[in-house]
Amino acid sequence: MNYFNQSLTSIHKQLVDKDISAEELTNQTLKNIKQVDGDINAFLTLDEDGALAQAKQLDENGIEPDNLLSGMPVAIKDNIVTKGLKTTAASKILENFTPIYDATAAAKMKKLGTIAVGKTNMDEFAMGGSTENSAFKITHNPWDKTKVPGGSSGGSAAAVAAGEVIAALGSDTGGSIRQPASFNGVVGMKPTYGRVSRWGLIAFGSSLDQIGPITRNVADNATLLNAIAGHDDHDLTSSTKEVPDFTSTLKKGVKGLRIGIPSEFMAQGLDDDVKKVVNETAETFKKLGATVDEVSLPHTKYGVAAYYIISSSEASSNLQRFDGIRYGRRAKNVKNLDDLYIKSRSEGFGDEVKRRIMLGTFSLSAGFYDAYFKKAAQVRTLMINDFTNVFKDFDLILAPTAPTPAYGIGEDVSDPMTMYMNDVLTLPVNLAGLPGMSVPAGFSKGLPVGVQLIGRPYDELTVYQAGNAFEQATDFAKQTPKMGGNN
Amino acid sequence: MTEKISEDQVKHVAELAKLKIDDDQLPYFTTQLDKIIGLFETLSEVDTDGVEPTSSVTDQVNVMREDIADNWHQRQALLDNAPDTQDGYIRVPTIIDESGSNE
Repeated sequence: MNYFNQSLTSIHKQLVDKDISAEELTNQTLKNIKQVDGDINAFLTLDEDGALAQAKQLDENGIEPDNLLSGMPVAIKDNIVTKGLKTTAASKILENFTPIYDATAAAKMKKLGTIAVGKTNMDEFAMGGSTENSAFKITHNPWDKTKVPGGSSGGSAAAVAAGEVIAALGSDTGGSIRQPASFNGVVGMKPTYGRVSRWGLIAFGSSLDQIGPITRNVADNATLLNAIAGHDDHDLTSSTKEVPDFTSTLKKGVKGLRIGIPSEFMAQGLDDDVKKVVNETAETFKKLGATVDEVSLPHTKYGVAAYYIISSSEASSNLQRFDGIRYGRRAKNVKNLDDLYIKSRSEGFGDEVKRRIMLGTFSLSAGFYDAYFKKAAQVRTLMINDFTNVFKDFDLILAPTAPTPAYGIGEDVSDPMTMYMNDVLTLPVNLAGLPGMSVPAGFSKGLPVGVQLIGRPYDELTVYQAGNAFEQATDFAKQTPKMGGNN
Repeated sequence: MTEKISEDQVKHVAELAKLKIDDDQLPYFTTQLDKIIGLFETLSEVDTDGVEPTSSVTDQVNVMREDIADNWHQRQALLDNAPDTQDGYIRVPTIIDESGSNE
């Protein structure tokens, strides 16, 4: 089974009709992954025995006819902890770490009957936008194997795009779900901050991180968010707001919807083809009955600086826990405890993680806190105010997801500044805590291009509603990569 | 060689973060960090007088819960993750080594 031209609904029907058992489906999924993944490298760890045992059990219990996720094989990003299944965050410092509990999002999926077949590659601790910062392997874009899959959830997005699984979980701190979704021609949602519990998500920037679904289409994405959303006593920043059925407005259309395009997001640095895709998307929305106008988010150009100060500061604090004592890699030949900390961390972290830890430590250090961290936190307030102002008169923001389509492997890694600037269009959504989804919206020289739909806080419904209307009116989401006859 | 952060400062920051940057790597990290901190400084253009800083965008405020101990009964699984154990404890090296600077 490859998952091209499939959806949760179509596979679920086969399971319910007993055309295929969960065990057969899982077996075929693993077989397909083995065939395809040698070229893609989306997976870090496969759990064949665990997945098949779970599938057998589900077959015995019976596939639940009203539950689209019952018996469904999925993939999980490797910074989301999974009980008994190695979880590394693509870092050498965690190369032998086996969690003793499931992250809430993973546990909720499992409870509904999804089968986690494996853990996907990513930039180490989710720091990066190409998955090249993984300590273990380079993931290739299924549309063109010389290109990056984006990141940091590059493994999850590539696995879905390559038809290895129908859905995957990713995480998004500054664009890490949406940008790889754009690069791989799939749908990726970063929910509102607080919508999904972060319990068991290996922390990077705790005021920014969210787990979200990556799927082939909008309806599947909404189904998955239904599964993972909701308050969790283990994450006290998770919202107690009622969780609506995210599939309930999919067919509502966009008539009368007021959509704004931020002029700052369409400014210089944006690839011509990407700009064209956004403008064509706007035309499609107009034809469907929405109004589209230009809007302004004046502090956009300060987003990269504010984001990298805040996220690095939070990271420098969060990553203090990796000290080689209780779990993870411990350096050999140390003189004393302090030496053990320093050697374990220096050997265990990659260069990009070290850079972020040092940037954060610097921004928080005595004498620099006011000029850097506090200033960034104030600019964050101004950026939130910009969004609040736009949402007084508009229901949704339409924007490019990334400034360019997928770029070549090895092109961007040498200069961290170039890499950071690539996040300019996604990170404002994290700073403001808003829901944002990338949907396939066109192509540039054979590579997929996504656009971003950004909603008011906790208004994923409107995002899904517009995303689905667009998807139904176009056929971009139905395109699949040609992967050298391997599929 | 740089304006925003010196090699000595990078060394100091690395020490605070319990990281060791080898001398031959120091210019590489210093140049990169200098460039990024240069970008950070563009924030000084923004008038933030009287603007409250945002540290979180959660809609939850001061959530309280009872402080109740919970036994997960996973002692062995926890110890299995530890690099060095003895008699059910996690072993660490000498805390104070008389001979020992880190250099």
